[in-house]
Amino acid sequence: MSGEPELAIRVRGLRNSFGSQVVHDQLDLDVRRGEILGVVGGSGTGKSVLMRAILGLRPPQAGSIEVLGVDALSWRARESRLIERNTGVLFQGGALFSSLTVAENVAVPLKEHYPELPADMIQDLAMLKIRMAGLPEDAGAKLPSQLSGGMRKRAGIARALALDPALLFLDEPTAGLDPVGAAAFDELIRTLQRALGLTVFLITHDLDTLYAICDRVAVLADRRVLINAPLAEVERFDHPWVQEYFHGPRGRAAQAAKAQEA
Amino acid sequence: MSQKPSIEPSERNPGILRARGEWTLQHAAEMLALVESAPTRAEDIDGRDITRLDSAGAMMLSRYAVKTGLGLSTVEVRPEFQTLTATVRDLCEAPPRRRRKDYGVREMLARMGFAVDDITREVLALIGFLGLTLKTGLGVLLRPARFRLTPTVHHMEQVGLDAVPLVLLLSFMVGAVIAFLGASVLRDFGAEIFVVELVGIAFLREFAVLLTAILLAGRTASAFTAQIGAMQSGEEIDAIRTLGLDPIELLVLPRLVALLVMLPLLTFLAMIAGIAGGLAVSVASLGFTPEMFLTRLHETIGIRHFWVGLSKAPIFATVIALIGCLEGFQVQGTAQSVGERTTSSVVQTISLVILIDAFAAMFFMEMDW
Repeated sequence: MSGEPELAIRVRGLRNSFGSQVVHDQLDLDVRRGEILGVVGGSGTGKSVLMRAILGLRPPQAGSIEVLGVDALSWRARESRLIERNTGVLFQGGALFSSLTVAENVAVPLKEHYPELPADMIQDLAMLKIRMAGLPEDAGAKLPSQLSGGMRKRAGIARALALDPALLFLDEPTAGLDPVGAAAFDELIRTLQRALGLTVFLITHDLDTLYAICDRVAVLADRRVLINAPLAEVERFDHPWVQEYFHGPRGRAAQAAKAQEA
Repeated sequence: MSQKPSIEPSERNPGILRARGEWTLQHAAEMLALVESAPTRAEDIDGRDITRLDSAGAMMLSRYAVKTGLGLSTVEVRPEFQTLTATVRDLCEAPPRRRRKDYGVREMLARMGFAVDDITREVLALIGFLGLTLKTGLGVLLRPARFRLTPTVHHMEQVGLDAVPLVLLLSFMVGAVIAFLGASVLRDFGAEIFVVELVGIAFLREFAVLLTAILLAGRTASAFTAQIGAMQSGEEIDAIRTLGLDPIELLVLPRLVALLVMLPLLTFLAMIAGIAGGLAVSVASLGFTPEMFLTRLHETIGIRHFWVGLSKAPIFATVIALIGCLEGFQVQGTAQSVGERTTSSVVQTISLVILIDAFAAMFFMEMDW
């Protein structure tokens, strides 16, 4: 696997529509290897739709998507298998299987993709991921319903990391967490990204998350990616929504917090 | 170009082991084999030739290192993998807790304990709920204006009127079956006429009320649980409380009263249908005339059987309403919880109804009623 492409995700000319309502049109997006890309945009600008298209959960009407140098829209099993093995996803609600314990949840992808592994190794790997996600060891035996919202998200991360993916998709990871929990979760994402060399595609509304951990920010508006650049550049971008977003009261507060930290 | 993970003594110094290749999850089997065959002693492990490393690989490397008497901290890897090995080392090389094998005995005992604890809790909750409902009921008796008539009538229709065809049909069928069974045994003694007593007493004392109660347990207790459970998971119950209303007065009393009124009425219908079933079979296959059957019924069966049967109806009604509502209140959030509670309410109601019926039968027998 030498000569790996510089880009982890490459989207060109993407078009998504629901009936007559066009969500994306001529959308281009690049995600570089090893970066945390924050994806922001108002409600209904299709952040989740974009993620689902990249993951192959929703075939787009037009355009091309490459994930890790592989055509993500290919129907061939080998290619979709490769992408499946190399991507981990944390859905908004965690999407843990409610009838399985946390450890069993983490073990599901391992068993599916590596049936030849002995049971105790799967168990140990699952435990490793659970602890990497910052959960105590006894959380593994619990059912998702016995966990708090923050712990459920951590369990979701543990499952997303089960296959040691190169790419991690996070759909509003800090939504519904209290500020302290959200900050701890940002920290966790940063740590994991560094330790595992992950590329992270992060959908968020949380300005604090953007300022704390994102290397670059992509703004979705007007059916396409307006700008995909480091924060400082995005802040200066001349577009009403961007200005409102970053220079409204909440944006200013997050900036101030960041400035204080530095 | 070998990409598989490997580890070999270096040429210059056999004490130093050199790891090579890709230590990733894809090569898990090879890594496992390597760990299996790890020597028990080594001076040093050099991991700088590892070209790819993921957390599974780091875990296996750590195991290998621990097995050789070293630790992952002594293994030198390329700088880009150092954060990873540091993380995995912190997590993996903490003293592992021994997992105990107990062949499920412990688990079985634990489950038994939890089950007993659960039952105790349910019984206490039911008694508490009965008290609460009685208290609220008395309060409403003192101030009748607070009684919710419209929902009560609505529930009467759902619980009672809508169940009439089913109760009639089932009772008729069971009555017919009992008459058949009785006739085939009694015929050997030339005592077919006693079919009348059999069907009459069975239905008046036991079957009518029992059948109706079991039917309503399946039909009504589950509906109560699902209705209240859905409200509970939508935080409607909490809303009711914060608005200063009493959920018991609002939700439980109308359902309880509806059942208290309708269950005896349904029982009465079930008695008639059951006896009609017996009559139909007697006429069709035993050669009785309807007049014969009815006269015999009238002459031999005292009214006390009717009252014994009917006296159980309010008790069963209370059991069905209370368990149905209580289980609804115990729903926690998820849709799965609503399902579990509904099942539990039906099972509890039917078991309790049959249990109470058995004790009542003994009681009435002792009292010679």
